[in-house]
Amino acid sequence: MTIDKEAFTNHPFFDELINENGNARAHGRKLFNFLDKLQPEELEDRQNGADLAIKQMGITFRVYSKEEGAIDRAWPFDIIPRLIPLKEWQQIEQGLKQRVQALNMFIDDLYHDQKIVKDKVFPESVLAESVNFRPQCVGINPPLNIWAHICGSDLVRNSDGIMYVLEDNLRVPSGVSYMLENRLVTKRVFPELFETYSPLPIDDYPAELFDTLAALSPRPGDKPEIVILTPGIYNSAYFEHAYLAQQMGCELVEGRDLVVQNDDCVYMRNIEGLSRVDVIYRRIDDLFMDPEAFDPESMLGVPGLMRAWKKGNVALANAPGAGVADDKVVYSFVPEIIKYYLDQEAIVPNVPTYRCMDPESKKYVLEHLEELVVKPANESGGYGMLVGPASTRAERDNFTRLIKSNPRNYIAQPTLGISTVPTVVRNKVEPRHVDLRPFILSGKTIEVTTGGLTRVALRKGSLVVNSSQGGGSKDTWIVGE
Amino acid sequence: MLSRVAETLYWMGRYMERAENTARLIKVNTNLTLDLPKGLVPDWEPLIIILGCDEDYRKAHDECTERRIVNFLISDESHSASILSSLAYARENTRTIRDILPREVWEAINANYHWAVENKSMSQARKGRHEYLEFVMADMQRLTGLLAGTMNHDVGYDFLNMGRKLERADMTTRIIDVRSENTIPDDVPELRPFQDMLWMSMLKSLSAYQMYRQSMQIRINRDDVIRFLFLQETFPRSVNYCVLNLKDYIEHLPNNENCNKQIQKLRNLLKKSQKTSFDRQQLHDYIDQIQLSLGNLHAQIASAWFPR
Repeated sequence: MTIDKEAFTNHPFFDELINENGNARAHGRKLFNFLDKLQPEELEDRQNGADLAIKQMGITFRVYSKEEGAIDRAWPFDIIPRLIPLKEWQQIEQGLKQRVQALNMFIDDLYHDQKIVKDKVFPESVLAESVNFRPQCVGINPPLNIWAHICGSDLVRNSDGIMYVLEDNLRVPSGVSYMLENRLVTKRVFPELFETYSPLPIDDYPAELFDTLAALSPRPGDKPEIVILTPGIYNSAYFEHAYLAQQMGCELVEGRDLVVQNDDCVYMRNIEGLSRVDVIYRRIDDLFMDPEAFDPESMLGVPGLMRAWKKGNVALANAPGAGVADDKVVYSFVPEIIKYYLDQEAIVPNVPTYRCMDPESKKYVLEHLEELVVKPANESGGYGMLVGPASTRAERDNFTRLIKSNPRNYIAQPTLGISTVPTVVRNKVEPRHVDLRPFILSGKTIEVTTGGLTRVALRKGSLVVNSSQGGGSKDTWIVGE
Repeated sequence: MLSRVAETLYWMGRYMERAENTARLIKVNTNLTLDLPKGLVPDWEPLIIILGCDEDYRKAHDECTERRIVNFLISDESHSASILSSLAYARENTRTIRDILPREVWEAINANYHWAVENKSMSQARKGRHEYLEFVMADMQRLTGLLAGTMNHDVGYDFLNMGRKLERADMTTRIIDVRSENTIPDDVPELRPFQDMLWMSMLKSLSAYQMYRQSMQIRINRDDVIRFLFLQETFPRSVNYCVLNLKDYIEHLPNNENCNKQIQKLRNLLKKSQKTSFDRQQLHDYIDQIQLSLGNLHAQIASAWFPR
């Protein structure tokens, strides 16, 4: 009764649960029937129940606005889980492992011999203009030669039904705490669904993360002292920093809690005095991490941190400079990067991408702005984008100017028909667009979260899933057929 | 334990305790309105003076009515002395150390704050006010139980309790001070029976009445009540009890010499109330000295263990 079938049959997009005839896909039949049997009031009640639980659990994120300053908002959550068949997921998982392995080899190469540049697979000009390449990192050998220990890759399913990688976040990707919390909320709201489905568990992530970090300790054998370095309570992801520290049982520190001594080791300030730190999971951007090496104005960082890291006295995850691969122009080269280092074809494809640095592509992009999505190379959070089909003339003119003045900084992609998932809209179920952010941990082994964080654009027709811009999230279930 | 975390736990404890005791303070005066003989009304102004928020109050208000002062002390978040502000600060502190507290503690403190905000309108009429204040106090007691039953009783727990006990000692003296400011003229003999009744009312507001009867076994009179609240070693809201607790916590910590000395000074000061019978002004001055000494103890704690 609650599913608005017409909204799914008159629908130019791929819906992950309901096919074009308004029927359930095979892996989702039980969920479909369950939802359809719910009375509209009951559906609304359950959604309200979830909203209340989230408020009580204090699952929040920070947003900034000129009017209100920094405010803490309840995490917007949609109660209907997003289902992914196990078989398909296994394929994606392989693809992500392959991708991150190649990216780590790529980063390590860039800070050493730059073979890929010498072999003319990756253009020198792109590297020369990369804002995230850190000359300070050249020649450094981080433990296990891994730079991006924690990666969050964004996937979308196009109207052709195929999953594509949209971008890789190699700096400080966030969202994993919400993935874990979403499962808890779903268990509270839909306990009976867990009687018919057994979604694969996701809760070993904190343990995996701990192991990944512990393996980096410069003092093997000892019980490593691992800390999470946060910019503090006003950061939009502060909830997550605290959450992960709590789940791993390690200290959550701010820059002012740490000090680098003359022995080039990092210590934290305790009530008893100083104690040595081995591994820092830093949730601060490179440039704010160490005022001595980067931005001298930074109040968040720890003077001397780079010194300690270069000496190998402390491990940093992700390593400074890992963001060089977190660039939308570099992204467009990932299939070539995989081929170059692993001699394999990419298992999960990239979205076709026009690099504006390439004159022919630039010409095409400028002529087809109305059809394309244009993105700056180094922004995250959905900021600074042009969505062609929804744009005004003035916006397009503005982007024409921007692209012409700095082509290296822009890429364009065809507007995707991003897939939808049934979502609660008041007391009805309607399709809304989603993406998927799995998290990949690289240490002695490579581990992928089971599923990931599904983000959903709650506004009708909207493609923007970022929580800072009206997006919400869903629990993600990997289920057998 | 990180110095910053120790400090945050300490302040979390202080704000929790401040919220509860501000509720008790308002309860003392509200009960007075019921107990005083007809024609006498309690003065509300001493509350804002004793809580040190009279300047803030006068910026926004030109007269001291019960309704305005009660609203100001319960739900006005524009200044730091209200119950809602205390709950908000306690919550904010908890948020910054969510990682080290049991999850249930954060959820409780978060829920307490939301409840207090959403129901603040019920605190305006006397009937709802009583219920509201009882809820706030019960919430804090529940939180105390949750912490006692689920948090590691390590040095972090000690810092939290240091904050609580220091704040409680301070607030107990303020509550006595408020009560003492509201007296019945001594020269009207027929009103004299009310005097002792009012001290009884205050004991009840501190949940101290039965404990007073059990341990003192004498009828309520001003001097004994004052001694009880300053010196009793077993009643958990007495100043002495709090100071003895503080002494224990401090003895377990490294680098505690200056704090130990300050504790000793406080204890010597408290002993003075054993034999003395204070008149109203003397009592007020004595309370000022204790508050000053507690303030010094706070400064010593901060310099020994908190981040510089």
